Amino acid sequence: MRALRLTALLYLGALLVAPVGLIFYRTFERGVGAAWHSVTTPEAQHAFWLTLVLVVIAVPLNTVFGVATALLLERREFRGKSLLNSVIDLPFAISPVVVGLALILVYGRTGWFGDWFAEHGIRIIFSAPGMALATIFVCLPFVVREVQPVLREVGTEQEEAARTLGASPAQTFWRITLPAIRWGVGYGVVLSTARALGEFGAVAVVSGRISGVTETATLRVQERFEAFDPVGAYSASVVLALMGVAVLLFMNLLERRRKRPRAQTTTEGLA
Amino acid sequence: MAIEATGITKHFGDFKALDDVAVHVPDGSLTALLGPSGSGKSTLLRVIAGLEEPDAGHVRFGDRDVTSVSAQDRGVGFVFQHYAAFKHMTVRDNVAFGLKIRKQPKDKIKARVEELLKLVHLTGWADRYPAQLSGGQRQRMALARALAVEPQVLLLDEPFGALDTRVREELRDWLRRLHDEVHVTTIFVTHDQQEAMEVAEQIVVVNEGRIEQAGAPAEVYEKPATPFVMEFVGPVTKLGERTVRPHDLQIVQEAQPGALEAMVERVVHLGFEVRAELLPTDGPALSVQLTRAEAEQLELREGEVVWVRAAYGPWAPEFRSSTKVA
Repeated sequence: MRALRLTALLYLGALLVAPVGLIFYRTFERGVGAAWHSVTTPEAQHAFWLTLVLVVIAVPLNTVFGVATALLLERREFRGKSLLNSVIDLPFAISPVVVGLALILVYGRTGWFGDWFAEHGIRIIFSAPGMALATIFVCLPFVVREVQPVLREVGTEQEEAARTLGASPAQTFWRITLPAIRWGVGYGVVLSTARALGEFGAVAVVSGRISGVTETATLRVQERFEAFDPVGAYSASVVLALMGVAVLLFMNLLERRRKRPRAQTTTEGLA
Repeated sequence: MAIEATGITKHFGDFKALDDVAVHVPDGSLTALLGPSGSGKSTLLRVIAGLEEPDAGHVRFGDRDVTSVSAQDRGVGFVFQHYAAFKHMTVRDNVAFGLKIRKQPKDKIKARVEELLKLVHLTGWADRYPAQLSGGQRQRMALARALAVEPQVLLLDEPFGALDTRVREELRDWLRRLHDEVHVTTIFVTHDQQEAMEVAEQIVVVNEGRIEQAGAPAEVYEKPATPFVMEFVGPVTKLGERTVRPHDLQIVQEAQPGALEAMVERVVHLGFEVRAELLPTDGPALSVQLTRAEAEQLELREGEVVWVRAAYGPWAPEFRSSTKVA
C-alpha cells in the first residue's frame, strides 16, 4: 500500500508537478515585473482575449449541440444512429493538425466553399471564424459523452410521468430532463472549456499565426519561445495554467454541491 | 369514464406484444390486468395512457376516441412501478407539478396539495425530497401527484411490485379504500393473482399478447375460460387427464363409478387445511385439499388405498372454445 502510494506520488511528481512548478519558477525568476510586463503587452492581451472569445463561442454551441445529440442518441430510434454515435468520437481520434488541414481543404481559398465565401467577402481560414470552427470541432464530443450515460441512468419514467401530467415536450425538457442531467452537462462544459483553452494544433493550422490578430494564448507561448523570449513564453504559460486551474476549481465546486445531501438543506422543522 | 380498447395490436420489432386485444372497463370500476411477465399487460396499460402508440386499434374514453390524442392531453393519472419521482423536487412540488403546468392560481394549488398530502398521509413530509422517503411513501406521493390533476382515469403499472410484502398489503388495502372514496375509473397491472383477487372488481387475464378472460374475481376463479386461466389464477392438480382445483376433489373410502383408485403417499397438515398427496394406480400424482375435520373423519394413513373423485358437477370446467372475450 505504502509502496503504491509512493510510486503514484513519484509518477505524478515527475510528470506533472515538476514541469509545471519549473514553469512557475522560471516565470518569476527575474521578478514579477518582467513577467507582468510580458503578459500585458497589446499582443499578449489580444492573445488571451482571443482565447476567451473562442471559448465563449465554442462552449455554448457545443453544449446546445451536445445535449441535443445526446437526447437524440438516447431517446430516439432512427436510421444511421450507430453511425452518428461513432462519428461523435472522430475529434478524439483524429489529430488536431489533421482537423486543421481538413478545414482548410473545405473552407480555404481553393476549397469547396472557398469561392463562395470569398465572393461574399467572408474570410474563414486565417481568421477568427476558422479558429472558432477548429475549436468547436476538437471539443465537440465532451458534452455528448458526459450527458449520454446520465440520460441512460435517469431513464424515461420521469419524463413519461411529466407527459401524463400534461407537460409539453418543451416543458418536460426544461423542468424534468435538464435538471436531471445538469451535473453531466456541467462536467461536459468544464471539460470542453479546458480543451478549448488549451487547443493548439488545429487552431495553429487554420490561424495563420499573425501576432496580435490571429494568435491565441497557446500559439503565443510557442511564438515567444521561438523568438528567444523565455520569460514571455513562461509567463503566458502561467496565465493559461491559471485559467485551467480556475476551471478545475469550478468543477470541484460542482462536485461538492452535487454530493451535498439534500437532507441538510431541508430538514428544519420536521419530525 | 368507461375505457374501451378495441383491436389493439402492438409490435416491438418482430415481437408481437399485443395481438388484436379488446378490453372494456366500466365507468368507476377497479380493474386488474393480470398476467405473467412479458404477457403484454403493461404495454396495454401504456397504450391506454398514450405512452405507446398501437400499430392498430382504438382507445375510447367514454364517447371520445383518444387513439390519436397524446399522453399530454389524455387526462390520465399514471403511476409507475418504480415511482418515477421527480428527484430534484420536494414532495410538495412533485404533487403540485400537474397543477403548475395547468397554470392554476397559487393559493388554489397550495390548498389542493395540502388536501392530497392529507389523503396519502404525507402531510408532515411536504418539504422532503423523494430520496428521503421510503418506497411506500414514494409510491403514495406518486399517487397524490397523479390524482392532483383530477384524471378521468387512473392507471397503475405494477404499483406495489417494488415494495416489500407488508407495505404491499397495506397499500393494497389503502388503494381499495381510496377507490371507494374517489371513484375514478382505475386499472392496475399485476402479475400477482392474489393481489388481483383482493383488490379488483374486474380481472382481465392477459397472456402472450391476448386476453384470456375478463370477469369478476369469483367468475375467473370458478369458471376459467381457458386452461391458462385455470392454472394462472389458482392452484391446480391433475385428476387423470383433467385439470382441477385441489379443493374441488373428494376422497372416499370405497370404489365408486367415476372415482379413481389411489394410494395415499403423504398427508401434510397446514393448520386449517390438510393436503393429501395421492398416487393413482393409473395416471399422474395429484393432491387433494381437505379441511382438518374432513381429514380427521377419513382417518387417512400413508400407504392406505382410497378413491378420489370431483367434488361436484362435472370433473372440470368445460373451457369455452374461443379465447377471446369482449
